[in-house]
Formats: sequence, structure tokens, C-alpha cells
Amino acid sequence: MNHDAYDDNYIRSILNGVKSIAMVGASPVNVRPSYFAFKYLAQRGYDMIPVNPGHVGKSLLGKPFVASLSDIGHPVDMIDIFRNSSHIMPVVDEALTLSPPPKVIWMQLGARDDAAAEKAEAAGLKVVMNRCPKIEYGRLSSEISWMGVNSRTLSSKRAPIPTQGMRLSLNRMSVGGGATTASDRAAKNKSEPT
Amino acid sequence: MTDRLPGFSTLAVHAGAQPDPTTGARVTPIYQTTSFVFNDADHAASLFGLQAFGNIYTRIGNPTTAVLEERIAALEGGTAALAVASGHAAQVVVLQQLLMPGDEFIAARKLYGGSINQFTHAFKSFGWNVAWADPDDIGSFERAVTPRTKAIFIESIANPAGSITDIEGIAEVARRAGVPLIVDNTLATPYLIRPIDHGADIVVHSLTKFLGGHGNSLGGIIVDGGTFDWSKDNKYPMLNEPRPEYHGIRIQETFGNFAFAIACRVLGLRDLGPAISPFNAFMILTGIETLPLRMQKHCENAKAVAEFLAGHSAVASVNYAGLASDKYNKLARKYAPKGAGAVFTFSLRGGYDAGVNLVSNLKLFSHLANVGDTRSLVIHPASTTHSQLDDAAKVKSGAAPDVVRLSIGIEDKEDLIADLEQALSA
Ligand SMILES: Cc1ncc(COP(=O)(O)O)c(C=O)c1O
Repeated sequence: MNHDAYDDNYIRSILNGVKSIAMVGASPVNVRPSYFAFKYLAQRGYDMIPVNPGHVGKSLLGKPFVASLSDIGHPVDMIDIFRNSSHIMPVVDEALTLSPPPKVIWMQLGARDDAAAEKAEAAGLKVVMNRCPKIEYGRLSSEISWMGVNSRTLSSKRAPIPTQGMRLSLNRMSVGGGATTASDRAAKNKSEPT
Repeated sequence: MTDRLPGFSTLAVHAGAQPDPTTGARVTPIYQTTSFVFNDADHAASLFGLQAFGNIYTRIGNPTTAVLEERIAALEGGTAALAVASGHAAQVVVLQQLLMPGDEFIAARKLYGGSINQFTHAFKSFGWNVAWADPDDIGSFERAVTPRTKAIFIESIANPAGSITDIEGIAEVARRAGVPLIVDNTLATPYLIRPIDHGADIVVHSLTKFLGGHGNSLGGIIVDGGTFDWSKDNKYPMLNEPRPEYHGIRIQETFGNFAFAIACRVLGLRDLGPAISPFNAFMILTGIETLPLRMQKHCENAKAVAEFLAGHSAVASVNYAGLASDKYNKLARKYAPKGAGAVFTFSLRGGYDAGVNLVSNLKLFSHLANVGDTRSLVIHPASTTHSQLDDAAKVKSGAAPDVVRLSIGIEDKEDLIADLEQALSA
């Protein structure tokens, strides 16, 4: 698995396949990226569970916070980790003790832990690192192009008018996806000290 | 799903455009409106707080313009783009994200004359200091780097002489200095050269030229390569520090590999204001659909005209990188194998006066200060675009007093050659 550049089909199959997402590190503060990613995914119809021991007793958009993954009490499809790279491993370790385990471990934009990814993949989970599911969903559904972002997809079909709670089709034709000269270089630049 | 990825000409027609959701209109509509209604107060707040994607006000973004942005991002192989009112506006917005007063950037000496003026005079009053380097001597870039250097700026094919820049060599200097390489790709267009593939981090264009291609609309664009790590060394506070106007959001942390394009939009365009009109965006989008066809014809005609001039007794020299004998031919074959563009210069044995005479005797070529039109254009840079430079600087930037610049259009090449022939012998 190349974690520097994901194929659109890989991301698409994850976003089309999962129904419930536990977000570790979700914040009730409405200007934090985790808050608005949570809200966006909830509006797209995902069953969202906020996980944050500091906020137990409160709820996020009507969903009660739980302290840890083991407190969820029912199976979840995906764990979206909104924590720094150094805090990933314990979350993955805990996720792997769940029965049944989740299908996907997703680490947010800026977060990457290759050892944790390897462990999860060895247990049969899919892993995405250093990406935002909100951005990827917006890109693959063409919604994000309102901000001039290269969705790397095409479609000659009339776009649906987005409404609340609607799951947009992610099945547009891929233009780039996967590795590009630029993405390879971006990955290389990050791993090289200056 | 197939694995087949569409080619450049397909992207030039389709990227970013989809039938209109409300009407089914196949061509991108001109959303000629200043503003867009919000669904409710919560929707408005999340748009203003950068928490949701959507339209607010045409100074910040517009659906017609967004199609243009995605199309060029796709053609350049970037992660995102931001269209603005002109090529010059693009340069201001880019550098505003990178430089604080007292900072420096290094620029190639061979640039469009207007850019030389902008960098030397206008930017000085912002406290942005330019250091000049010679694009034919990569070491001169290396030697110009200081701890305050924040960017390097070059043209891929340089105006006016059509010389080709060694993008990879200069990208290597930028990488070692830990600063982004900005390439003005106006004269090449992504059809001839894709600077990001050669190591550029940011691409800017004057859309006014070959991309729009018909001489009818001004525009500029910034393409984010998604290649630069803005978090390193905290050199770029606009991207890295919490933004007070957006509840403490860090642009780089929130938007990842298209953070630079977002910074240009929400910190640059929003506050400086040089928005492109949706009508111009529409005109330029229409132009881009035929970019590959036009560039082929522009290059074919330019080569034929350059060969004709090189064999003419009144002509002292021709600078066209597409000629096998040209100093830049080796670089042209590496960076622009499909053609060396259609803007070049030549000098006349009769000097300044012969240049002035030639311009007034031409019947088909238009005498004006633009390039990259369907029509063939001619200008005498020393008395116009580069007139503010002193004589030494004119020579260094490729605009000596005996030099005439051509921008070759897509007419029949025989007619262009006949016009030059009659004007040279008149
Ligand atoms: C190479 C180049 N860059 C930038 C510009 C400036 O573009 P605009 O006139 O759209 O501001 C020009 C215009 O001649 C140009 O030729």
C-alpha cells in the first residue's frame, strides 16, 4: 500500500462502504476543524460518534460523547483519528481490541504513523493517512470545486442539487488519482530534512 | 471503472465543467451575480468561517470562475487554482502570502517588462525587495539567496525574447534554499510546458494571452502545485499562524496540499480585491477549449516565420528557441518538445529606425502591446513595454533598441510571411 498517494478508487470504496464513523478527538468547539468535519459527515448521512474523554456528559450535534472506543458499545465501520501523529498508536491498539474490529482506520490531514498503519493492515483493516474525509468526499462528489480545487474527476452527467443529508455520487471518472509527479515530490520533500 | 486517464485535450474541454445542476445547460453558465443566498444563519456562519464549501460573494469566488480554476489546475497538474483580474494581480496575491515587509525574493532578469516594473517600483513600497538573477546562469540564483529570501520567480518561456528557462536547475536552488519556485507560464501555457512536473511549486499566468487566446479578456490565475511543505521552519506566517479573522484557523493545517490556493483566496483576493468578472472567466474558458489546436498552429506558424526572417538580408539576427541554431534550442527540446511558443524577437540591420519603419509598414500584423492573440502582433519593446528600463537593463532583458517582438497568430503562415516581406522591402 502506497500511503503517499491513494488511488481514487481506494478512497471511493471506503467512503461509499462505511456507514458509521467514530471520530477520536472530536471537539465541541464550533471553530475547530474536527467539529466541522464531524458536522459535514453527519450531514452526508454517516452515523457519527464523537470520542473524547474530556467531554463526556456533553453531546456534539445531538450525539453524546463517549470516553473511548470501547465505550461505544456497538460495532463501527471506521475510526477517524483527529489526533497528532504521536497519539495514533494507542488508538489503533484499542481499535484492534474491539470485536468486531472496525474496517477502516483513517488518520486526519497532517497525521501519519506508519508503524500503526502496518499493524492495522496486518489485522486486515484498510488505512488512510494524512487526508481529510470531508475534503475527499467533497472532491470526489465535485462539491469542492466551488473552491477551485482540482477534483481530478470528470462527469458529463447533470449534477444533482445538493440537499441536506444527501449522499452524493462519488462515481465520477478519475482524471488523476494515485501517484502524480507532484504528489511524489510532495512526499519526498516532507521526508527530507532541509 | 476503467484505469484509463483522459489526455490533455480532453481536460481542456471538460475539466471542472459539468452540466448545470438546475437547468441542465451543457456550457458553463455565466453566473453574473455579486452574491448568493444562504440556506439559513448556520449555513452562512459556516461559509464565512471556512467550515463549508460554497458561494458567498463574487469577490471571493463564483461558480463560473470556479470552473476556470479547476480546469487550469487540471491542465497544470496542480491541486487547486485561484483566478484573479489580471496576470499582475496574480503576482501581487502570490507574493502577499509569502513576503512580509523587509523580506526578499529572487527574480529572473528576463521577464515581461511590466513585471520588472511591478517588482522594482510597486513592490518596493510594500517593503518587498527583489534581487535579480540571470536565468542563463543558475549560480546567480544560488548566490542571491539570503536568510530573508522567501521565493524565486521565473518565466518558463521569457517575454520578450522567447528564451527558455532551465526550470529544473532553478527548482533545485529553490529546494536547497527551502523556498517555493514560482513560474510564470504565460507564454508557454500548460500545453507546451507543465512547470510543476519540472519542480515548480506555484504557477501563475496572465490568462489574457494564449489561454484566453482571443485578445478579448483580461485575467490571471494562481495554481498551487501542492508540493511545498509550508509548516517547515515557520517561514510563512500567513499559512502557518492562527488567523485571527478566521477564529484562529491555521490555513496549512486545515487545507493540506491546497492550502496555498486557499490562502490566496481568503487572505489575498478577499482583502486586496482583484476579482475577475464571471463574464471574462466565461470568455477565457471558451478559449481554453481550443488551446491545444491553437498552440499547435501558433507554434507551426512561428517556426515558419522565424525561418523566413533568419534567411532575410535585412535581418541581423532572430531569437527563436525553435530554430536549430538558436542558443536555447537544447532547452526548448527538453522543456517544450511540442513547440517553442509563438513570441520571439529579431533585430534589424538598420537598427532602431528600421524597427520603427517595419512596424509602420506592416498591414496584417497589428501594432499593439499584447501577445497571445489569434491575430499576429508586433511591437518595438524598447519604445513601449520596456521603455522604463535604462539601456543596459533593456539589453539584459532582451529588449535592445534594434529589437522587434512578434506574437504570431493563427492566420495562414504564407500571408504573414508576405506581409513581413513587403514591409521589410518597403
Ligand atoms: C509573461 C507575462 N506575465 C504577466 C503579464 C501581465 O499580465 P496582465 O496584463 O494580464 O496583468 C504579461 C502581460 O503582458 C506577460 O506577458
